[in-house]
Amino acid sequence: MTLAKDYNNNSRRTLVVLMEDKPGVLSNVSNMFRRRNYNIESLTVGHSETPNISRMTVVVHASDTVLEQVIKQLYKLIHVTKVTDITDDDAVIRELALIRVHAISTSRAEIKQLVDIFRAQIIDVAHDSMTIEITGTEDKVDSLVEILRPFGIKELTRTGRVAMVRGGLAAGGRG
Amino acid sequence: MKMNGAQIIWECLVREGVEIVFGITGGKVIPLYHELPAYPIHHITMRHEQAAAHAADGYARATGKVGVCIATSGPGATNLVTGLANAQMDSSPIVAITGQVASGDLGTDAFQEVDITGITMPITKHNCLITNVTELAQAIREAFHIARTGHPGAVLLDVTVDAQMGQCEFVYPEAVNLPGYKPHTRGNLRQVAQAAEMINQAKRPVLMVGRGVIVAHAQDELVELAEKAQIPVSTTLLGKSAIPESHPLSLGMGGMHGESYTNLAVQQADLIIGIGTRFDDRFTSAAHTFAPQAKIIHIDIDPAEIAKRVRVDLPIVGDALNVLRELVPLVKEAGHAEWIEIIDGWRSESHEHSRHWEEGEVLVPQYVVRSISELTQGDALMVSDVGQNQMWEAQYYIHNRFGGLISSGGLGTMGFALPASIGAQAGCPECTVWVVAGDGGLQMTIQELATIVQERLPIKIALLNNGYLGMVRQWQEFFFERNYCGTPILGPDFAKVAEAYGMAGITVCEKAQVGVALERAMQIDGPVLIDFRIEQEHNVFPMVPAGRPIDEMIRRPKQV
Ligand SMILES: Cc1ncc(C[n+]2csc(CCOP(=O)(O)OP(=O)(O)O)c2C)c(N)n1
Ligand SMILES: [Mg+2]
Repeated sequence: MTLAKDYNNNSRRTLVVLMEDKPGVLSNVSNMFRRRNYNIESLTVGHSETPNISRMTVVVHASDTVLEQVIKQLYKLIHVTKVTDITDDDAVIRELALIRVHAISTSRAEIKQLVDIFRAQIIDVAHDSMTIEITGTEDKVDSLVEILRPFGIKELTRTGRVAMVRGGLAAGGRG
Repeated sequence: MKMNGAQIIWECLVREGVEIVFGITGGKVIPLYHELPAYPIHHITMRHEQAAAHAADGYARATGKVGVCIATSGPGATNLVTGLANAQMDSSPIVAITGQVASGDLGTDAFQEVDITGITMPITKHNCLITNVTELAQAIREAFHIARTGHPGAVLLDVTVDAQMGQCEFVYPEAVNLPGYKPHTRGNLRQVAQAAEMINQAKRPVLMVGRGVIVAHAQDELVELAEKAQIPVSTTLLGKSAIPESHPLSLGMGGMHGESYTNLAVQQADLIIGIGTRFDDRFTSAAHTFAPQAKIIHIDIDPAEIAKRVRVDLPIVGDALNVLRELVPLVKEAGHAEWIEIIDGWRSESHEHSRHWEEGEVLVPQYVVRSISELTQGDALMVSDVGQNQMWEAQYYIHNRFGGLISSGGLGTMGFALPASIGAQAGCPECTVWVVAGDGGLQMTIQELATIVQERLPIKIALLNNGYLGMVRQWQEFFFERNYCGTPILGPDFAKVAEAYGMAGITVCEKAQVGVALERAMQIDGPVLIDFRIEQEHNVFPMVPAGRPIDEMIRRPKQV
């Protein structure tokens, strides 16, 4: 570790990154995070509203100084067009999770009840398991996962954060 | 006009102003080489692809143009890796073209298939795989644009063999299409005014100059600024030769092996003006110990360099030339007589002043390098390798030629000098080119003596032969109980090796022979290698131990 990084005052930051949809761009971005020793918690990517522009949501643990470097290093990648730190913006942040939980006839009703409380959905039922879909903030997903854990979680997949600023401002610039 | 991919590549290279390329052919670039004779481009056949990349790098640094190297797929491509990393670290604009297996075979572990775009992603500014002839022209245009603009660097284009052979209508792209790439070249004027204000207020300012000033050709503006406000100028290793070193305001190189007066000036300064430098750790040592009393202004073209290693009080993102042009008129004339007197006091106690290396009978490297400096009047294009030899070159050659030092700074690549000198001499045929190298580094790329002879390049090689991987041996002596593990090296009779390759070879064992040997080398109309058998356990001083502040250096023992 040679970079003079300030690891104190680390906090979670959410960045929205827009980039040209070219081969290798995703690995270039994730490679950069690895090689510069930045600490990423999650990274999601998909199409944006503009054709040929992908949109990535990255959650990093960083201090102010490191975050500034992260943003500059992202801009330095040739195909990255826009980076926005939406941590302090009024943003809608969601995550989707699929949870397959052990469920036999005696526990099904209880699980169903919990799922309803969380406004989640049961999307598949098998003889010894149920698959649940939940969308919400990470906290909400965390809570459901914890509540279901005693039943026995057989499989779990979470998308990581996706985010969008509320109201009129698009992260991709003005409009 | 309809062309095949190979023709498109050459056509685009010609339009980019390419006159020389360095490379080695192979199965997946035969179609490319097949079309070359029809174009006004000279191909220098190297003996190793690493050397081809270093030669392109040396060419780029000597000429300011983009250097081009070519390799086949697989091992040819992987051999380029060190050279690409080296160019990228030192902001040297090069474009590498590699052949690749046919697009239909990609991903099948075909013969000599390697994922070179994947391998080189972290060591290039940009790279891409081209599988279709129709993408070639645009990709080449963009490759050169990216390599040479902004913070310059290495770009790699991996071209499948079917893209080289496929045909399409050739249209030269008029523009690049890179919405995410817009280098900032003009400094913010409010910040420039603030910088001028800080300079006008400073009592003990020091300039810290890096290669960015050379890349931007801002030498005149730099001297103007220094003279107008009487600011002493220190440089990084790669910033050497941005200002003539015989200039009274030049402090030479600072840092780990900088002179004591240079490092003292930096540590006592109340203002550091860093231009075109990334505040590399070889200069600053541990960032928190650097210039503790100073405010820091940082002028650089790359926003990501600002505050990357050291705290910065005032950043200016822009090209050194543009920023200095705006800055100089706002700076007031000043004398800083007291400050300069203090520095001159330190200088008068220095080694440079006492010239101890002239005393005694032993053949010391300082004497060799200073003799070359005097013989060439500081005007040669020097290409140095890595290790003690590099530091002696930097300390004892007085660079008066703008851009007159080419060396591997960021990566510190042994074996760089010899192939880089090929690029430098090929790009700058009228220059006197000298290589300074150690016996370890020279043996890493010694096969390129053949290229030098084949191309009739009149390169003069000064080998500082100490029988050791000397710089590492020095660390072992100082910090590892003189445990010389892995550092003694037996070399061949280098003069005979030179002769076997078809060039002149001279061996010098005594101090008294140095002058004669150098004169002879200059008279020979062709390449020469001089094997200087220097004192074996000679050390580089001053030296700042790792992590210490740069004014806490181990000084020279009295003798040399
Ligand atoms: C390719 C490479 N391998 C290893 C090193 C580590 N290294 C730095 S200096 C040095 C010794 C260089 O020896 P030599 O070329 O004889 O030069 P000297 O220091 O003796 O002048 C070594 C091994 C390096 N910089 N580059
Ligand atoms: Mg040696």
